[in-house]
Amino acid sequence: MRHLFLLLAVLGLTACVTINIYFPAAAAEKVADKIIDEVWQIEKGKDSAKKPEANGSAAETSVPAHEKELAK
Amino acid sequence: MKITLLSFLRLLCLLMAAGIAHAQGNLEINTPVVAQLKGAMHARHTQLSPLLVSGALGLASDGTVQMHDANAVPLAQRQAAQGLIAAENADRIALYREIARANGKPEWEQEIRTTFAQRWIDKAPAGWWVQDARGNWTRK
Repeated sequence: MRHLFLLLAVLGLTACVTINIYFPAAAAEKVADKIIDEVWQIEKGKDSAKKPEANGSAAETSVPAHEKELAK
Repeated sequence: MKITLLSFLRLLCLLMAAGIAHAQGNLEINTPVVAQLKGAMHARHTQLSPLLVSGALGLASDGTVQMHDANAVPLAQRQAAQGLIAAENADRIALYREIARANGKPEWEQEIRTTFAQRWIDKAPAGWWVQDARGNWTRK
């Protein structure tokens, strides 16, 4: 029983270390999308040209990002 | 002993969940260098855009822009286009490096670059030329 306990402890620690060095692919995609949108400004340009009411919501969602940058 | 083992397992599960949550959290991109690179790339995009639309430039599979069809650029403007490509790629590589550095993981640079490469290509509008992993160009 004690051996099992020890084995589990070692396994657990290994798992923790593995998880911490694991590349966060989903988070990376999220920041890539955010930066690409800002560099290209794809949707914003199209939305504001087609429907002005969508422009308001697009501008609102973009505000926190700018605020964060200003806060820094 | 059974109870101890159970509570230990429960603690382990919590620790692992916390680890996963941490690993899947947000990546830091709010640094002055990222902001400056984004600004420069956004400003340059107005010049790059017509070249991407005409097919002169394409989005490469390594997260850079590359000359796809030099003949689509008038000879007189070809050198300027090369200059734009070089400047854009320098900024892109600096951006990938800075994101990795800002998160204390310089070794992530290549994976960040691969992620961006895929997202540039996925988000590119129809008509732009993009490169697949084997180096073949296709028109979206």
